[in-house]
Amino acid sequence: METLTTILTGVLVSVATYLILSRSVLRVILGTAVLSHAAHLLIMSMGRGLKSGEVPILTDEALSYVDPLPQALILTSIVISFAVTAILLVLAYRTYRETGTDNLFEWRGIKDE
Amino acid sequence: MYTVNLAIIIPFLAAMIVPIIYKRIKGIHVGWFVFLVSTALFLYLVSYIPNIASGETYLYTFEWIPSYNINFITYLDGLSLIFALLITGIGSLVTIYSIYYLSSEENLSHFYTYLLLFMGAMLGVVFSDNIMVLYVFWELTSISSFLLIAFWYHRKSSRDGAQKSLLITISGGFGMLVGFIMLYVMTGTMSIREMITTISGFHDHPLFIPAMLLILLGAFTKSAQYPFHIWLPTAMEAPTPVSAYLHSATMVKAGIYLVARFTPVFGGELTWFWVVTIVGIITLFWGSFNAIRQTDLKALLAYSTISQLGMIMSMIGISSVALRHGHSMNMVIYTQAAFAAIFHLINHSTFKGALFMVVGIVDHELGTRDIRRLGGLATLMPITFTISIIGSFSMAGLPPFNGFLSKEMFFTSILSVRELHFTSEVWMGLIPVVAWAASILTFVYCMIFVFKTFLGKYQEEKLEHPAHEAPFGMLFSPIVLGLFVILIFFFPNVLGNYVIKPAMYSIFPQLGAEDLGQHVSAWHGFNLELKMTIGVIVFGAFLFIFLRHWKGLYNWILPEKLSFNALYGNSLELIEKVSKIITNSYMTGHLRDYMVYIYIFFIIAVGGTLLNTKAFLFDIEQYSTVTEFEWLITIAMIIAAISMLLVKSRLTAILLNSVLGYGVSIFFVIFRAPDLALTQTVIETVTTVLFLAAYYFLPEWKKEDSKKRSKIVNGIVSVAVGVIFTTIALAVQNGKLFESISSFYENAYELAGATNIVNAILGDFRAFDTMLEVVVLLIAGLGVYTFIKLKARKGDNPLEDK
Repeated sequence: METLTTILTGVLVSVATYLILSRSVLRVILGTAVLSHAAHLLIMSMGRGLKSGEVPILTDEALSYVDPLPQALILTSIVISFAVTAILLVLAYRTYRETGTDNLFEWRGIKDE
Repeated sequence: MYTVNLAIIIPFLAAMIVPIIYKRIKGIHVGWFVFLVSTALFLYLVSYIPNIASGETYLYTFEWIPSYNINFITYLDGLSLIFALLITGIGSLVTIYSIYYLSSEENLSHFYTYLLLFMGAMLGVVFSDNIMVLYVFWELTSISSFLLIAFWYHRKSSRDGAQKSLLITISGGFGMLVGFIMLYVMTGTMSIREMITTISGFHDHPLFIPAMLLILLGAFTKSAQYPFHIWLPTAMEAPTPVSAYLHSATMVKAGIYLVARFTPVFGGELTWFWVVTIVGIITLFWGSFNAIRQTDLKALLAYSTISQLGMIMSMIGISSVALRHGHSMNMVIYTQAAFAAIFHLINHSTFKGALFMVVGIVDHELGTRDIRRLGGLATLMPITFTISIIGSFSMAGLPPFNGFLSKEMFFTSILSVRELHFTSEVWMGLIPVVAWAASILTFVYCMIFVFKTFLGKYQEEKLEHPAHEAPFGMLFSPIVLGLFVILIFFFPNVLGNYVIKPAMYSIFPQLGAEDLGQHVSAWHGFNLELKMTIGVIVFGAFLFIFLRHWKGLYNWILPEKLSFNALYGNSLELIEKVSKIITNSYMTGHLRDYMVYIYIFFIIAVGGTLLNTKAFLFDIEQYSTVTEFEWLITIAMIIAAISMLLVKSRLTAILLNSVLGYGVSIFFVIFRAPDLALTQTVIETVTTVLFLAAYYFLPEWKKEDSKKRSKIVNGIVSVAVGVIFTTIALAVQNGKLFESISSFYENAYELAGATNIVNAILGDFRAFDTMLEVVVLLIAGLGVYTFIKLKARKGDNPLEDK
């Protein structure tokens, strides 16, 4: 399972990289969103072993739990990447309002007033 | 303790206080404070003369970075004492002069801060025994010189002159640093004294000659030797007190100090003799040759300084043969060249300092220093006239001035070269001839200086102010220097025995003290030297009288566009152009290109390391099994991801992104992470809404209009990044070096009283992290609000101005 997840992560990273290299600002932002999905899956699969225990909520019955640490880190990361996506989207919107284009190549050399 | 170290530090401390004094104390000119500092230092150093004269030296060590052998060691001996006396003595006189020279509306606090900075740095250069510390002070003198040349920075010529001097001296200094490091590699010590004792074993070392040449590069650039002399004439844009102080009396002599200081290290080597002597002789000739064509008095003095520095340099070069191995005691006679060099160095500081001050006075009182506009000032400015006669006649080598004595000694040492049979007679015989010709030219420009300025027709209509004598404050310093010029002529041996002789011990520590030193006398028979001097006067007078008949030759021989100056200017322009082209070629201003650079770096650095260390070890067996359902989701996500690249519509792409997000949250469920699954679902929903909102406002996707080539590059880069990423992740999963720390958190109930471990980590163990995360969210929220709410449309005033 870990190997499969990692390969999936690799595909997501490739797609994200390609999106980030494109000209349309919306694609770039989508690229960053895909990249954070990939990062979350990667952190998950880096733990002690997926599915190798119970949900990390303490009970008397459980013998072992899955690794709780990656979960805590990912929880932080999800929220932060949401904030970044939100900012980028609004930034793109605002820049489009000011410049009239969403093409990164055309943004070059535009004078700020 | 550390008394000499303190002498270096005091000017720096004073430099810090100057701005405060300037601001607080209005009644007294801030220059007097500087004068006090430099005079106190001068008197303190004078008190060392008797002990130094009896052969003592002083060594003070202050451990700075002992682990790297870098210590703040000062070494006070005869050689450093002479320079230190010049630095502080001329410094005091220049300060008095500057008090009257500079208008009180100038930025005096800057001026005196730089001046003290220079004084401290220069004292550091001559007292430092550790080569690294010496290098630091060396560059500091270049920087303070830069600041002083650019003192009137609103003038373009000042800025250009400052830049030129900085570029040339700093690059030479950098070469010197490399030479120092080579010396350190060879000898294993950073102390010049220790090098002198151990260097004899390294003459065949492959680094010996490169180190020598690099150190000489530093010395030649600093002392304006041919062909690096071009910075000195442009440095004359500095205020005249600075020219008198830095660019004739002290800083430009740092190179001579360095050559003298390293003579015991490299002196026995023939390369040293040839390079130093020949460069010196060429500089001597070239400087005097160019001085004649100048119309600006300061430029004339600048070229004359170049020429005189070359003369001193060549004498030190000649003296180095005294250290040659295999030569008998009769070689000791060549040490007299070094004696003459130091003697002339002191004399030059006195008469050239006076002459610069005279030019400053003329410039200050009349508003011009152009020879073509001057003339007939002798009766109007009698004291200035007298000083300039003393200075120029001394420079020309006439009695009864100190220049005569050192000039005769120069002839003696240059004639002694003929007896060295290093190469053919013709070449050895050429050196005295060139030197003699240069002396004739020197005589000519000295006469130009005096007669064209002070005699001839007074042309008041060409002056900005009518001529009148300068105030006493400005005359004081040149008078003192002029008195020295005459006093040294009459009592040269006081100077010789007490000051110059101890310096000789420093240059020739390998030779016995009884062989060094010399008795100076004005009259030593009707010998060849005297005949040469008479020849100089006769031919010089002849050339001066018929100057206007042959001056036209200059334009014919030396067109401006073939000069080193033009070469310097053109190469500077070329460097700017080329670097602009190179920078523009990769700084495209496109996000895509910069990202490509980053990714390519990642591929090369990380992928390369991976290949190098061969860290791919995959073992798939040990992991948990994959159910059919999980296969299905994985394949669905891969398809969704790849279709994101292919779809035409924005809406589909956004929805595919949500497919990925929800897929991830399903995985979280499978991986026993209920909190994550919940959060991911909520956040993904909100993100999709946000994207859809952006979809509403942003324009429809155009077809990606990039070139096919860049699309292929993007594809290759993305695949490579993905592959490397996957490989590393797999390798990392295999090579777990440490136990997971997660078991610590499983005691959550005892430690934090919580049953949900993930929540305990976020809300208790790492609560600060979570709090700051909330702050990030808050800032992001503010950012979003600001971007949407504040509308500064075209035509509106910018928000900042409201």
